[in-house]
Order: sequence, then structure tokens, then C-alpha cells
Amino acid sequence: MSFPWANEYKPKHPAMVWLDEKLPLPRFVYNAVGAGYPVPRNLNYMWNFGVLAGFCLVIQIVTGIVLAMHYAANTEVAFSSTEHIMRDVNWGWMLRYAHANGASAFFVVVYAHIFRGFYFGSYKAPREMIWLLGVVIFLLMMATAFMGYVLPWGQMSFWGAQVITGLFSAIPLVGDGLHQWLLGGFAPDNAALNRFFSLHFLLPFVILGVVILHIWALHIPGSSNPTGVEVKSESDTVPFHPYYTAKDGFGLAVFLFLYCAMLFFFPNALGHPDNYIPANPMQTPAHIVPEWYFWPFYAILRAFTADLTIPFTHIVLVPAKLLGVLAMFSAILVWFALPWLDTSPVRSGHYRPRFRKIYWALVIDVVVLGYCGGSPAEEPFVMISQIAAAYYFLHFFIILPLVSMTETPQPLPFSITESVLGKDEAATLAPAE
Amino acid sequence: MTQTEVAEVMEPGGAQGVRRRDFIEVAAVSAAGVGALAVLVPLISQMAPSADVLAESSTEVDISAIAAGQAIKAVFRKQPVFVRHLTPVEISEADKVPLSELRDPQTLEERTKPGKKEWLITMGVCTHLGCVPLGTGQGEPKGEYGGYFCPCHGSQYDTAARIRKGPAPKNLVVPDYVFSSPTVVKIG
Ligand code: HEM
Ligand code: FES
Repeated sequence: MSFPWANEYKPKHPAMVWLDEKLPLPRFVYNAVGAGYPVPRNLNYMWNFGVLAGFCLVIQIVTGIVLAMHYAANTEVAFSSTEHIMRDVNWGWMLRYAHANGASAFFVVVYAHIFRGFYFGSYKAPREMIWLLGVVIFLLMMATAFMGYVLPWGQMSFWGAQVITGLFSAIPLVGDGLHQWLLGGFAPDNAALNRFFSLHFLLPFVILGVVILHIWALHIPGSSNPTGVEVKSESDTVPFHPYYTAKDGFGLAVFLFLYCAMLFFFPNALGHPDNYIPANPMQTPAHIVPEWYFWPFYAILRAFTADLTIPFTHIVLVPAKLLGVLAMFSAILVWFALPWLDTSPVRSGHYRPRFRKIYWALVIDVVVLGYCGGSPAEEPFVMISQIAAAYYFLHFFIILPLVSMTETPQPLPFSITESVLGKDEAATLAPAE
Repeated sequence: MTQTEVAEVMEPGGAQGVRRRDFIEVAAVSAAGVGALAVLVPLISQMAPSADVLAESSTEVDISAIAAGQAIKAVFRKQPVFVRHLTPVEISEADKVPLSELRDPQTLEERTKPGKKEWLITMGVCTHLGCVPLGTGQGEPKGEYGGYFCPCHGSQYDTAARIRKGPAPKNLVVPDYVFSSPTVVKIG
């Protein structure tokens, strides 16, 4: 759907008229990201991150395809083919750093995009499907990033693969069989490396497909906005082009500036030096950590150190290993339920004083989890991650539903126009609803 | 079935009865379904360990040079195996622990060969998520229970390589092995 006042595509050049009749692709673009797509006039910079995420996906696909022209997925040569890219291939160092730092940039952008959604209630009706598809994208991104990190076959690659595939062995009964099936062996080896490469090449295109669905779903209700009040009349919107092409373009320039600063001046700042040591199945590095974007979830995994037993007995209900794995996956899966856990009819955190407090508490909690996840498995980090993990689930299952039920929101503006201009002529003229 | 229903079934093309076309549709869809499922079999099972990975292999380890209190890391199926020569103190520590205190109750006897209680031979693969625990090399931390310590998520094993603390569910696995001579162990 688009709003009734959307500009209509009118090709002028005869060639474009001809094309429009045969394959209306320019019309499609015009209505999707052109002057034919009306967008709320008050979007702030938090709404830039969707387009930035799309741009990151393009960076990853382009740099990835060229890296694959030089990389070899065999345990004998994977590490040296990576070094060959770094030292011998023309511009290879830059392409590899662009891809590795591109993954980090992608996660920075997507985390901003997700936390924008948390704050502004973007997941609420009628945008649940956009949100659900977003969570699917996030899960696919995590799988892709994990498998990509295995490819250079350094120490962190190998032990990351060992630990993460080991998660599946926690599943009762079928776990060990599943684990061997995933690896094609008893420990990560050639079979695993090869299939990870195959899937790492495939998944970004699956992500691309889901992103198309995500944006399709977005274009049905159109974007929400910082007030969370839906579009009412033409004065609430501006055409996407030139207004948001310009705003997104500016955001993109700022993003590229920061990304290039990382890429050219601190290309290894986010990487782990141990990954420049070839994989050694006999020796686990003293301190293994995943990439920074997995830290909060890794901390939740490690927070479970004791079995769940029937109190005062030794009868184990759920072993610690399974508890940790379940908790780690639930930490993301709970997002699927978010549209139904937050029952407040008010979308935007701007008008929800209590929600705002718990929102920032959650942000701090996730940062604390992230910090612990990147630290060694020692006290005090284990205890801190236990408290922070408990709070994380408390937030979603108890605090958020309670706050939505009990808080009194502040008054909403009548319309987007009123919130921007202080008054809305159309509103005063229009008959009361 | 009532009389009329039976009559309808028997009479192809009857107003509400089962038509020949219904049969063809069900048969065609079933055949396609069975075909699709059959195609899944090779697609899924190709990912399972291949014949060369499964091929039996064994490793011989000379243990004559391992003094009491020392341990070495051998390689079996590309995975580490810990061969440890326990001291009398370590043996008595392991024997002291009541089985009721153990997450995966087993005695040191059950985990070693008869008359060879001082030779503790286990896989060097943490039963949590598969890291190689520390404690074989000189100066490596052995954890609170004097056995092995896994640096990944802090699992602690005792002097019989039994899990005592941390997230791992099981004791370190004892592989199949035999003493092919008093000083040589054949693993696998
Ligand atoms: C490859 C990754 C992704 C891409 C390319 C992408 C792209 C976009 C784009 C272009 C928009 C419109 C612009 C904007 O509102 O910022 C959007 C909106 C949205 N996205 Fe994503 N997205 C991605 C991942 C995610 C994830 C992981 C989530 C949530 C878990 C998510 C949730 C949403 C929601 C709820 C909206 C609607 C926001 C609103 O209208 O207020 N997206 N996305
Ligand atoms: S792998 Fe050893 S504690 Fe997790």
C-alpha cells in the first residue's frame, strides 16, 4: 500500500514509456525508494540504519565474492591462502580487511537498528511481520558470521568451530549424532571447513531474499516514526526522494568515514591476534572468545555453571550444559514474542516514562553482558553475567509486560504535523474522529 | 459406512462419490511426495562423517618415559589423548571422594585397567564444548581438584579426570585401549 496522495510515475522519454509497458521496473523503484513513496516527515537519524544495513550487506557480498576467487577451503592450505590474499594478491589486504571489518560494521549498524526498534516500539502492530523477518535476518547473520570466521583456519577459527558446534551436542538423545552430522566428523576438520565455506557463500543471498521480504512488509504500512503516531494526512509525509535519499546519503557518508577509519588505521583492533596462529587441534588458546558481536550471548551461555536439580537432592532435571545452550538461544528467540509481550498501545518510548527507564536499564544490561562475555571465565565475571542474564530474561518476561500494563503514558500529539509544527491546520478543520 | 456412502464409492462419477480423478490426484501427489522424501536421503546423509573419517585407526604410545606426576598429550583420530602417570597421593585423593558427590559417578578403578591404576588415559576433549583442558604440561593449571582445568568455560576435573565443577556434564572420556606391552599402550 502507499498513501493515496503518493506521486504517480509518469515516464516522459518514449523509451521509458516503452519499458514501463513491458517491464515496469523503473515504476517499481520510483514507488519503493523514489518520489512515489511518501514517508513520515519527522524521521530522525535512527531511521538511517536500515539503509546502512542494506549497504553493509552489499559490501559483504562484493568483497566476499572477490575473496572467494583467491581463498581455498582445505585445511592444508586455508591458512596460507588467507596469508596469500594478505601479502600477494593485488589489493588483497584491503579486500580482506574490508570484509572482516565490514562484518563488524554490519553488526554495529544492525544493533543500532534493533535497539531503535526496541525504543520506538517499531515491532508493534501493524509492523510485527517486519520485526519477525528482522529477527530471522539477525539469526542468519549470526550463522553467516560464525562460519566466515572459521574460514581462515587460525586458532580462533578452529576453537570457535569446536565450541559452537559443540552447543548442539547438548541436545538430549540426538545431540551427539547431530554434532557429528554437522561437522562430518568427530571434530572440526576438512569436511566441516568445506561445508562452512559453501554455506558462508550461500547464506548472504538467503539474507538478501529475506531483506526483500522485510522491505516488502515495511512498504505495506510504511515506516513508523519517532512519535509512533500513524500518518493521517498528506502534510504528515514527504516523498522519499529527494528528502530521504538525501538524509540517507548524508548518513552513508558519515558511516563510510568511520568505516574507512577502521579499515585503514585500525584494521585488527576488533580481531583476535590468536587467529594469526594456524589451527592446532592439540592446543586450545588460553582465552578463547568469539567476535565482539557475540559477547552478550556468550556471557549468557557461560552463566549456567550448575545443573538444575530437584532441591535438596542430586536428581538432575536439566544439566548445566543444556541450560546454557537453551538460555543463549532463548535470549534471541524471545524477540519473536516481543510484539505480544509489550501490550502498551503507545509505540514510541518518547511518551512512555517508565518504559524509557527499563529500556536504558536493558541497554546497560546488554553492555555488561557483552563485557563479561569478552572476559575470561573467572570471578567476578561469572557472577556478574549470572545476575545480568537473569535481569535480561526478567526484562522481557516480567518487567516489560508489567510496565506496559500499569504505566500511564504521556499525551500523544494529534498528528505528526502537529508534533513538528506545533499545530496541524488540517486537524483543526477535519471533523473530530 | 452407510448404505448410500458405499453406493457412492462403488459408483464412479456419482454426484458426491469418489471419482477416478480423485484417485489419480491422491496417487500422483503421494508418488511425488515419496519421491521428494527419497531425494532428501542422500542430500542429508552426505553430511554425515564419510568413510575415510570413520575408518578405524589406532595410535601406539610409548609410556616408559612418563614419570609419576607427569602427563603427555598423544594424538588419536586428530584429537588429543591425555596419558597421565598418577602419583600415590593423586590416587588416594581420587579414591577418597564419595561417589554421591560426583556428577558422573565412577571410581578410578572403573576408569583404568586392572592393576594399572596409576595410568589414567582419557581423551583430552572437554565434555562441555570440546576444548582441550590444561593440566598435562609442566606449570599448566590443574584446577581446584588437581586434575585438569578447561580454560574455555572453567570446567574442573579431578585426579581421575572426573568432572567436579563447571558446566561440563561428563567425565573425560576413556577411549578403548590395551597395554600391548608394559610400556606401550595401543589406543583405538
Ligand atoms: C540485513 C539486515 C537488515 C536490513 C538490510 C534491514 C533493512 C531495513 C530497512 C531499509 C528499513 C527501513 C528504514 C528504517 O526504518 O531504518 C527497515 C525497517 C525495519 N527493520 Fe530492518 N533491516 C535489517 C535487519 C533487521 C533486524 C535484525 C530487525 C529486528 C530484529 C529489523 C527490524 C526492523 C523494523 C521493526 C523496521 C520498521 C521500523 C519502523 O518503521 O519504525 N531489521 N529495515
Ligand atoms: S569446553 Fe571446557 S568448559 Fe566449556
